[in-house]
Amino acid sequence: MESVNAKYVSQKISKTRWRPVSHSSLQQPDIFATGSWDNEDNKISFWSIGNHGSSGMDEGFEGDPQLLCEHKHDGDVLDLQFLDQDRIVTTSSTGAVTIFRHHQNSQTISVSQRWPRVHRYPCDNAPCTGVVCSSPEIVTVGEDGKIIVFRADQEGVIRVIENADSSTIHAVTYLRTTEILTVNSIGQLKLWDLRQQSNSPSQILSLSGDRLPLHCVDRHPNQQHIVATGGQDGMLCVWDVRQGSTPFSLMEAHSAEMWEVHFHPTNPDHLFTCSEDGSLLHWETSTHSDMPSFLQGGRNNSMISRSAMAPAGGNQSLISTWLSGDSSKGRLETTHMLPSQTLSVNSLDVLGQCLVCGTDGEAIFVNRQVPV
Amino acid sequence: MEELDVEPAITNIPAASDGKHLGFAWGPGDILAYETLYMAPGAKGSGCSFIHEVRKDEDIYSPILRKLFNESHHIFVGLQTIREDLPSKNKKTQFVSISKNYRSVIRACMEELQQVAASVLVLQVSILLAIELIWNLCEVLFIDAAPAGPLLLHLLDWVRLHKGDVDEKAREVLQSESPAEHHDYWDVVVSYVLQGRFEEARQMLVKQATLQPAARNMYKLMDTLLSKMPFYNPGGTQTLTEFDVKWRHWHEEVDRCLQDNSFASNQHLEIICKILVGDEDTLLEHKELLSTWYHFLVTRLLFCHPTVKPTELHYYAQSCMTMFLDLRSVPEPLDSILLAAFEFDIHQVIKDCSIALNNWWFVAHLTDLLDHCKLLQSHNLHFGSNLREFLLLEYASGLFTHHSLWQLAVDYFDNCPEFGHVYLELQIERVPLDTERKALKVLRICEQRQMSEQVRSICKIMAMRALRNNRLGSALSWSIRAKDAAFATLISERFLQDYCARGTFSDLDLIDNLGPAMLLSDRLTFLVKYREFHKLYEENRFSEAAKLLLSLITAKIAPRSFWMTLLTDALPLLEQKECNVVVYLLLELGDMEKI
Repeated sequence: MESVNAKYVSQKISKTRWRPVSHSSLQQPDIFATGSWDNEDNKISFWSIGNHGSSGMDEGFEGDPQLLCEHKHDGDVLDLQFLDQDRIVTTSSTGAVTIFRHHQNSQTISVSQRWPRVHRYPCDNAPCTGVVCSSPEIVTVGEDGKIIVFRADQEGVIRVIENADSSTIHAVTYLRTTEILTVNSIGQLKLWDLRQQSNSPSQILSLSGDRLPLHCVDRHPNQQHIVATGGQDGMLCVWDVRQGSTPFSLMEAHSAEMWEVHFHPTNPDHLFTCSEDGSLLHWETSTHSDMPSFLQGGRNNSMISRSAMAPAGGNQSLISTWLSGDSSKGRLETTHMLPSQTLSVNSLDVLGQCLVCGTDGEAIFVNRQVPV
Repeated sequence: MEELDVEPAITNIPAASDGKHLGFAWGPGDILAYETLYMAPGAKGSGCSFIHEVRKDEDIYSPILRKLFNESHHIFVGLQTIREDLPSKNKKTQFVSISKNYRSVIRACMEELQQVAASVLVLQVSILLAIELIWNLCEVLFIDAAPAGPLLLHLLDWVRLHKGDVDEKAREVLQSESPAEHHDYWDVVVSYVLQGRFEEARQMLVKQATLQPAARNMYKLMDTLLSKMPFYNPGGTQTLTEFDVKWRHWHEEVDRCLQDNSFASNQHLEIICKILVGDEDTLLEHKELLSTWYHFLVTRLLFCHPTVKPTELHYYAQSCMTMFLDLRSVPEPLDSILLAAFEFDIHQVIKDCSIALNNWWFVAHLTDLLDHCKLLQSHNLHFGSNLREFLLLEYASGLFTHHSLWQLAVDYFDNCPEFGHVYLELQIERVPLDTERKALKVLRICEQRQMSEQVRSICKIMAMRALRNNRLGSALSWSIRAKDAAFATLISERFLQDYCARGTFSDLDLIDNLGPAMLLSDRLTFLVKYREFHKLYEENRFSEAAKLLLSLITAKIAPRSFWMTLLTDALPLLEQKECNVVVYLLLELGDMEKI
């Protein structure tokens, strides 16, 4: 694995996301956005790593990320998502939600739309902690326990679920196009059906032991019922939302809060987690299996029968691997991706073969040859 | 009280009116000054209602210098983990490489500052240049601690690294049409010779030689002299004495050429020959090319005493400085710092640097590195424990005043064994907690260091804030983290009051899903169980509901204020043919009333 260099950027990075590449092209991503936090003047910035289908560059070329443009941001950037190729949505510690547009030709950024103070208490602003979007719909959650649904290009909010949670909601993600999942600080995973008008979740799942806060959640790209979460104690939990109300498997991952968990979007037997303890782990399920999958027990059989069209062998054992999470059987490999201990790794994003992460040590790490 | 080393600097506050008395208050890294009402006799002017903030250290707010702080923090943390039990030879190589890392970070910052090219930053660039110069010299003399022989080679490298304009001039000359006729040509050649770069000098001379075929023999002689000058080879088998003999031999040969007037007809070559023989007057004639006294020192050593011992350096340094700077009366701070370094007076170097620079970064990191090399005598100071710890504490305290860099300071405090923990305890409570995420990070820092007082106080602050905003679930999660039973009781009281007022429970998602956390406090357990009672009742599971109600009372976790409510809840059960249980209840209650 090639060495990963740090680029010091004079701001603590709270979020970093790759700009999506169009599915038709096989290009590697070349632009990512970052948001800063804990500064008097916070910023969002766009960076390029110059991967434009480079034919003239050497195999091991390591260009530093170059700053393309940046823009002031009011309050800490608590979450950031790309809405489409040109626009990003950010949420702020002042409770505001903003859409920024990146003008590629002039390399400038402008505020396209803004909803100030949508998350608030009766007499104070509440930080807006998470956002997820599926253009043009945007869903945000905050410390005030509200879930708010917006539409890009429409003023005002579409829907507010007041008091969705009595504690802070830390993250949100889509389960299906009309269902979202939220995680909160008393260790609950809640499913919301946005088609329903009621203000209560359709399902609540939680850990059976101590109710420690959950900080991040991500859904398996292909298997929509498999969800991974990470929380305060650094444990990686994999849940099956159709079955039962407790996690399927628990794996010890980090020694401090896990801030983000991501399945690789195109190669979901790879999972990435980053944590307050300064490490970034790459989880990989191995493809060997001594026992053919149809001999491995009841659950697998039902999966085989249901997914008769799926390719034989491979996929079935991998599905069950995440759910069994038995690292002692050597089916799960984890590797540290950063060269040495750093301050907290707050955010990571992976797309294709490229991984970017940002730390509290004011450094960005880019790895262009992630072994997936 | 000790004497002051230098007069304190005076800072004028421009907006303050004349004649007014200023009051002030110390902050962690700055002073707040304000005008008082007291008017000196004869003073005029209305009062000014501003508060002025006087800050000493501007550097931590510079975006480019921030990289210096972050990168050096990374190196610092790595340095602390070097194992004690390594053999000293391996350790020395590691220390030298760490020193080089620090220096490359300084250089990277310097280059970036130079690219920005604002006039304000010129001063910062020159300060960084000076810092790197001092650090490099300290690395050569203290950390690498080369003995006689290699010492001169290292000093030559040091000078070459810090005199970059020779290469620029040379490039200019070489790119011109006829390099040998360029007006700077001889300057370049002489500069190369002064720096001991004989290969380049010879290559340049070849160009001149081709232009003057008549003087070919002279040039050939010079070329021979230059090529034959012996340089000590540290990896070779030659001992220092053998090298010395060879060098003297060569020196005599050059002297003979001078006495023979071999170069008399060419003034430039004559000058070069005199330099090679180490003639001080000739060297001093080239002050502009040398530009600094320490370049003069190293050149003089190269041509007069190449086997100089470290202990002899300060004689030569002192005399060179005097010879070079005879016009100026007061040496600059940089000069005295370098001189102290040549005298191997580490403490003086550190002291002078502390006074000259406005930021503790340099002295803190350098002292820490020297301490790891076991070069600092451990004498205790009146304040702080030892010099290294004192400087690190000062530096880290300065970092803590920064809204963002406080996180770096934590690692520095961790590595100050005596007072670091106390300093951290005092400082960490001052970090403003705007969002839950920041509070979580601060809490993690406190928990990892067993600072339970601070954990409790931070959780209490966050929980109170949540309670004020009516976020009962958040408040509860903070009290669970702090294991604060009293606060959990408070929150449960709020829930129960809500219930009494409205007749229904709020935040059912919280109460129904607490799990083992409900055991944190009696009141909380009561709340959860009471809610369970209601659920059982709604599901028409009356016998279980009644049993639960009974157990709540007998276990004595029901608060007295709630007994009426419980009794009222028990009444409907009478209709449900669960009389015996309810009678038991009433009797129990009656018993308790008597007590």
